Amino acid sequence: MFESIDMSLVDWSRGQFALTAMFHWIFVPLTLGLSFIVAFMHTIYVRTGDEEWKRITKFWMKLFGINFAIGVSTGIILEFEFGTNWSNYSWFVGDIFGAPLAIEGILAFFLESTFVAIMFFGWNKVSKRFHLTASWLTAFGANLSAIWILVANAWMQHPVGTVFNPDAARNEMTNFWDVIFSDVAVNKFLHTVTSSFLLASVFVIGISAWFLLRKREVLFAKRSTVIASMFGVIAAIATIATGDTSARIVARKQPIKFAAMEALYEGQTHAPLVAIGAMRTDTTKLPNPREDFIFKIEIPNALSYMVFLTPSGFIPGITDLVYGNTEQGYMSYEEKIERGAVAIQTLKELKKAKERGDEATYSALREKFSDPVWLDEYYKHFGYGYYKGRELKELIPNVKLSFYSFHVMVILGGHFLIFSLIVLWLSLKNRWGNHKWLLWVALITLPMPWISSQAGWVLAELGRQPWVVYELMPTITAVTRLKPGAVQLTFWIFLATFTVLFIAEIKIMVTQIKKGPGGK
Amino acid sequence: MIGKVFRFYYNGFRSMTWGRKLWRIILIKLFIMFAVLRLFFFPDLLKRDFSSDEERGNYVLEQLTNP
Repeated sequence: MFESIDMSLVDWSRGQFALTAMFHWIFVPLTLGLSFIVAFMHTIYVRTGDEEWKRITKFWMKLFGINFAIGVSTGIILEFEFGTNWSNYSWFVGDIFGAPLAIEGILAFFLESTFVAIMFFGWNKVSKRFHLTASWLTAFGANLSAIWILVANAWMQHPVGTVFNPDAARNEMTNFWDVIFSDVAVNKFLHTVTSSFLLASVFVIGISAWFLLRKREVLFAKRSTVIASMFGVIAAIATIATGDTSARIVARKQPIKFAAMEALYEGQTHAPLVAIGAMRTDTTKLPNPREDFIFKIEIPNALSYMVFLTPSGFIPGITDLVYGNTEQGYMSYEEKIERGAVAIQTLKELKKAKERGDEATYSALREKFSDPVWLDEYYKHFGYGYYKGRELKELIPNVKLSFYSFHVMVILGGHFLIFSLIVLWLSLKNRWGNHKWLLWVALITLPMPWISSQAGWVLAELGRQPWVVYELMPTITAVTRLKPGAVQLTFWIFLATFTVLFIAEIKIMVTQIKKGPGGK
Repeated sequence: MIGKVFRFYYNGFRSMTWGRKLWRIILIKLFIMFAVLRLFFFPDLLKRDFSSDEERGNYVLEQLTNP
């Protein structure tokens, strides 16, 4: 299958979507996290009446505003792309995406446009308590609006609460609560939000360190650091805990992604966790090509323990999953491809029977799509059917990228926890700022949460390839048959627009930071 | 009440200093997104090319069964 498709179209469409999503994700986590830090600072001001806390709140609110303004609605471009570049996909998932995104749009519009305005314009215009309520509602509103897009993404990773309608060629929601409360959705939301809180904490600590290095606004910088480091420690612990749960979920729901994350080819009990390693590609081994380690440092038993809470748990490797392991109960991809092909053929015959008005055949085939046994045996593997006659390696995610993005995220996550603990401890002892080198570490650490956050998304999205909807719809069938040149053109337009916007954000932010909390 | 809300927003926007530059960026960005990109580069293809959901479903079904 797919003989007719131009692979450069798929690559450019994916590149365009990745560019847009990654650009959007520069702004979102800072908005999510900084909104809560501002609300905390605002609360302290209202409770103490201390004017310094007002200055602190206003300064960080200003940076929040800049980030919010530049970033707002960049996500809408993703919706444009769904309709143009991914029309098959957006039709296939329509109802699932439609409801959460509609709720997001309404919530975001009402909460953000109302309460953000009160937050910014409300100084001395509304009562202190109402103003503070607006700050908190802005924070909750921004974070709540993130739920819906994350629920939609979680459904793509683990489609539940829906049924496929073969007449309409689309999935229909059967249980809203199953969709929003699936373990993938709940954990994805918690991990994303807590890591965003961590990102904002590191941002505040880093900017405050810059003031301390220049010996400017020392009280402002120290107070900001105390709040951010407290917030950061809690957020780092929560991020690590939700990340651990996330890994366990991935191991069960997307075992090939989990195996790729660790570059584990041969399944085993007492599986070690690779703490750090570097890889090279070996083209002589199967699945071909295969990534081998140049060097690695392992923690014995840790991978099995992480997933099963016992070292004797069996972790399947890429080979077990691709070629099957009957002893451990893993079906081979060849078998899944055969079953998927049956499901596609059934859909094709149903379409033909409907077109020629063959009611008896149509009814018999239509019934299969509501038979739980047939759905479990065949439709569950629908997406694999598209790989009949193609190389099995196309069903394996990029191992190197998955491995490195996972390890970059985890190593940086560990750094943020240790860093936040040190900053908090020194701040509470009123010794933060005494060591110049630590302030430099804070400044150097400032961009790192963006790297780890983007790495997390790279792992989530590239690690589940070749699927857009896990095991049901491959990326290759989701794409609209456009001319690659048209997609290339919009890719470059986006790159230019985003670069200008990014430069504008940095320039405006740096100007306002340089002015400090006293600047207009 | 409506007058008070209007004055709140009006005075808020009028008294902006650094925020004006941001509003200019937001408006330019929205213009590029909706008046240029959406209009000329990103039509909703299924909505544009087909008049009913049945036609859209048939088209996607064809794409899914004969890729």
